[in-house]
Amino acid sequence: MDVQTHSGNLFMNTATMAYRNLLKTVHNPDRFMDVIIQPVMFMLMFGYLFGGAIAGGVQAYLPTIVPGILMQTMLSAASGSGAQIREDLDSGVFDRFKSLPMAHVAPLAGQLFADSLRLLMATVASLTTGYLMGWRPAVGFGWVVAIAGLAIVTGWALSWLFALLGLLAKSAGAVQSVSLMTMLVLSFMSNAFVPLKSLTKPLRFIAHLNPVTYVITAIRQILATGSWTHEALLVLAFDLLIVAIFAPLAVWAYDRN
Amino acid sequence: MTIKNAIEVSHLTKKFGQKLAVDDVSFNVRQGEVFGLLGPNGAGKTTTLRMLTTLLKADAGQVKIFGHDTVKEGRLARSLFGLTGQYAAVDEDISARQNLMIFARLNGLSRPDAKQRTTELLHEFSLENSADKALKDFSGGMRRRLDLAVSLITRPALIFLDEPTTGLDPRTRTQMWDTIRHLVQQGSTIVLTTQYLDEADQLADNLAIIDHGKLVKTGTPAELKQQIGGTRLNFTVDQSTQVGAAVKLVAAQVADAVQQTGQQLSVRLTQMAQAAPILTALNQAKITISQLAVQEPSLDDVFLNLTVGKN
Ligand SMILES: Nc1ncnc2c1ncn2[C@@H]1O[C@H](COP(=O)(O)OP(=O)(O)OP(=O)(O)O)[C@@H](O)[C@H]1O
Ligand SMILES: [Mg+2]
Repeated sequence: MDVQTHSGNLFMNTATMAYRNLLKTVHNPDRFMDVIIQPVMFMLMFGYLFGGAIAGGVQAYLPTIVPGILMQTMLSAASGSGAQIREDLDSGVFDRFKSLPMAHVAPLAGQLFADSLRLLMATVASLTTGYLMGWRPAVGFGWVVAIAGLAIVTGWALSWLFALLGLLAKSAGAVQSVSLMTMLVLSFMSNAFVPLKSLTKPLRFIAHLNPVTYVITAIRQILATGSWTHEALLVLAFDLLIVAIFAPLAVWAYDRN
Repeated sequence: MTIKNAIEVSHLTKKFGQKLAVDDVSFNVRQGEVFGLLGPNGAGKTTTLRMLTTLLKADAGQVKIFGHDTVKEGRLARSLFGLTGQYAAVDEDISARQNLMIFARLNGLSRPDAKQRTTELLHEFSLENSADKALKDFSGGMRRRLDLAVSLITRPALIFLDEPTTGLDPRTRTQMWDTIRHLVQQGSTIVLTTQYLDEADQLADNLAIIDHGKLVKTGTPAELKQQIGGTRLNFTVDQSTQVGAAVKLVAAQVADAVQQTGQQLSVRLTQMAQAAPILTALNQAKITISQLAVQEPSLDDVFLNLTVGKN
């Protein structure tokens, strides 16, 4: 009569929860949009619409826009994390998770694990579109992988922040609008799409405060010089700091729920 | 072998703000029985079940599942039961098969075992034809079936069902009853909540009636009916001039008072055999009657008698 079950295993449970999360991304048009459609669409739209006006041509604009769209995509994929967690917590499914003899933090860990894979998907979508439009960084493929890694680590660090937001918020709708606002402000008030020189003084001041500006600068520098710059290391250190602060906070907020 | 208790609940209490949702509730559920928690909307059924299944922390009281304290040995207790909540707890975005696979894996089954169990359950619950469709296209009945299938993955010896048939059409409800009976035959203990008296009557071996968070009565359906209802004999006296005489004749035969509403008479019988002398006496007195009916007690009487007003 009994089915053999091994006791809850954090690693296995997390992998299963991440798998579930990714399945939901693939099956749910809204979530799929954030990760695949949006980067492709933005890359094409921005490239062909503004390329001429800003850089005198699409080809000349690509070194600016590819890192810019890449970071915007990371921000938007990361910002989905909070709304998804809230949605999950509010759904009946979560009651079932809680009533199972599984590792307690597996749903949160699974979400963050799936986030990292979603960020990878979004990165591949962005960079491939750039490549198809004619983007060919001179430093070679190895450094493209390096900047992809830097972008994903940064995106992942930010998804802890958004996860905390989702855990503390009252409703998924609220998280969604706050996340969208944050995403828009952080990506547009930066050097993602236009050179800082072209901005008015107050705007340039804000862009300089925006951490996204530093990440994009770091990526552009790596692609220009073919080496880890001071800026890139600073970004990595900043990412670590965010995770060190917000991961424990997120676990705390999760326990409280 | 002595009969063991599957669940022992003592002095369970839960307050939401000022409101006592569950008020000092104690009961036992024996192994192998169907235990029904019956009560109107807002009586505290779901709150009680959520505390029994470790989803909600009680303010006071203790719950033991197969002897294990649900607070001190939460994880162990959780591995001993399956739960189907009041609202479907399945993932809408993914298919029935994927739902079963994921919950099987989370329950600790290996991948091949999970696959096999998924196939079995899809078959058992007649979901094979829609196994790979998105749940968005599922009917309420199919969703309920999947929900129940998910809680049976580990073949738990104890199953909690919160209003398993609310919102189902009569045919699907009957199917659900059959499924529940089948589970009992296989040796499962079942705790279910319901607002439907016929459902409690059909399925439950023991009942607890809950109202305003308090247990107002426990017993078998038969006991509860006996206490309140008893069999009644109802009939109408054809001529209004004869009603007085009829009441006198009937009163001579039974212990209880005769209830009279216009020309309708109603009397409680302790035994069916009491009906015959009453009818003979009326016949001899040339009192003609119509609309003769023997009314079996129903749980409705019990329910309406014991529960009051709005929760
Ligand atoms: N999370 C909560 N916060 C505040 N009050 C609650 C909460 N959950 C339940 N209640 C209140 O507790 C009481 C009992 O609710 P419960 O859901 O247990 O009733 P029920 O018997 O399951 O009713 P129904 O048949 O409608 O499902 C209700 O008055 C309800 O409003
Ligand atoms: Mg309820």
